[in-house]
Amino acid sequence: MTDPKIRFEKVTKRYGALVVLDQLQFEVAEGEVVTIIGPSGSGKTTVLRVLMTLEPIQDGIIWVGGEPLNKMWSGDRLVPASEAHIRSVRSRIGMVFQNFNLFPHMTALENCIEAPVQSLKLPKSEAVERAVELLEMVGLDDKRSHYPSQLSGGQQQRVAIARALAMRPKIILFDEPTSALDPEMVGEVLTVIRELASAHSYTILLVTHQMGFAREISNRVCFFDQGRIVEQGEPGRLFESPRNERLKLFLSKILQA
Amino acid sequence: MTVRIAAIAALTAFLVGLAVATFSELRVFLPALLRGAVVTIKISVLSAFLFWAMAFVTGIGRLSKIRPIRWTCAVYIEVFRGTSLLVILFWFFFVLPEFGVLLSATAAAVLGVGLNFGAYGAEVVRGAVAAVPQGQREAAVALNIPKHRYMLRVIIPQAIPVTIPGLSNLTIEMIKATALVSAVTLVDITFASVQQNQIHYRTLDIFLVTLMLYYCFAQFVRFGGAMLEERMTRHLGKVH
Repeated sequence: MTDPKIRFEKVTKRYGALVVLDQLQFEVAEGEVVTIIGPSGSGKTTVLRVLMTLEPIQDGIIWVGGEPLNKMWSGDRLVPASEAHIRSVRSRIGMVFQNFNLFPHMTALENCIEAPVQSLKLPKSEAVERAVELLEMVGLDDKRSHYPSQLSGGQQQRVAIARALAMRPKIILFDEPTSALDPEMVGEVLTVIRELASAHSYTILLVTHQMGFAREISNRVCFFDQGRIVEQGEPGRLFESPRNERLKLFLSKILQA
Repeated sequence: MTVRIAAIAALTAFLVGLAVATFSELRVFLPALLRGAVVTIKISVLSAFLFWAMAFVTGIGRLSKIRPIRWTCAVYIEVFRGTSLLVILFWFFFVLPEFGVLLSATAAAVLGVGLNFGAYGAEVVRGAVAAVPQGQREAAVALNIPKHRYMLRVIIPQAIPVTIPGLSNLTIEMIKATALVSAVTLVDITFASVQQNQIHYRTLDIFLVTLMLYYCFAQFVRFGGAMLEERMTRHLGKVH
C-alpha cells in the first residue's frame, strides 16, 4: 500500500480539561471509504473538524497526502504551520456539514462558484461551467437560480455537496450529512454520496448514524469511544460479530431504535 | 407598502392644508422655518453618511484579530458613547481652535453628530456581524475562501439587513439630535422656530409646523429603512 492519504499521529484535542481526542492514531488509505460511528461525545465529529482545520489540536501531527497539516517543514524540523501552508494543504479537503451551511444570500449556482472564483481564482465562465455540471450530477440543474430558502433540506444538502466538489478536493468529509433531514429526504442525499463512493476517485470520511448505509458503502468502519478508536474493521464483520463490549452495547441500542 | 406611503402623504397634506387654513400668518414665519429645515436636512444627510461609515468601519474593526485596530475602534466607541453630544460639539467648535484646528460650524456639527452616532451604530453592526451563524465561517474555511474575502462576500452581506432596523432607529434619533447644532451657531429648524416664536409669538402654529416637519423626516427614514430591508431579505424566506 502507498502512503496513507490521512494519518493522525498521537493527536490530542482538549476543550479545557475535557479530552475529546486522546492521542489518536488513525490512518485512511487513498480511495478508501471510512465510516466513523460512536456515541455522542465520542470525538467522531471532532476528527472531521480538526482535519478541516475548523479547530486547532493541542498535540500531535495530522498528515494529509504525506504533508503535515498543522506543522510545516523548516529545513528538517517541523514548526507550527503558517496560514499559507494550512491553506495549501487544506485545499485537498472538502467538507459537507450536518446543517448544510449554504450561503443564504446566494443562489445555488452562486454558492457553487463563490469559492472557485474567490479562492482558486478561476475565470467566472469556467467556474459556472463546472458548477452547472456538478448541479446536474446531483440532479438540481433546474434549481440553479433558487436561493437556499427556496429549496428543501435534501436539495440544500445536494447543493452543499456540489459546492464542496467544485473545489476539486481529493478528500471529502461528511459530518452527519442526513441528520438534519426529514426522513423522506435522506434517500436522495445518500444516493449522491453512494455515487461518489463508487467512483473510487475520492477518499471519503463519513460520520453517520445510518448503519445500513455505512455497511453498504464503507471499506472500513471505526467505532469511536472517549476519543479513541475502540474497534475497527470491515463493516460486515464489525456489525455482525463485534468484539468490544461498548460497541456491542452501542450497536444493540442503535439497531433497536 | 405604497398604500401606507400614500396614506401618510395624504394625511400630511391634509394637516398642512388645515394648518394653512387655520393659521393665516403662516407665511410670516414659514420661510424662516423652511430655511431652518434645509439646515437640518443638510446636517442630517452629511452626518448620516459619516455615521453609517463609522458604524461599519469601527463595528467590524472592533472584531479584528489585529490588536491595535481592535483597540483603536474600542477607544473611539467608548469615548463617543460615553460623552455628551453637546459637549463634543463645543469641543469641535470652541476648544479645537485653541489647538489651531479651525472648523466651520457645519463641519463641527457634522463631525460631532456623525462621530457620536457612529459609536452607537458600531455596536449595532458588531451585533449583526456576531449574529451571522458560526456555520457560515466554517463553510468559508472548508471552501478555503481567504479571510478578507469571506468577510466581504459572506459575512457583511448577511449582516447588513440585520443592521437596518437598528440603524434606521438611530438615524431617526440622530435627526432629532441635530437640534443641538444651534450650540455651534447654526440656525436649524428648532432654533429657527424658537427665534420665530420670540418675534411673532405664535407658539402653537410655529411648534406645530416644526413638529410635523420632524415627523415627516422620521417617516421618510422609517419607510426607506423598511423598504431596503424588505428588498434585501426577500430571498432569505424570513417571515416578517
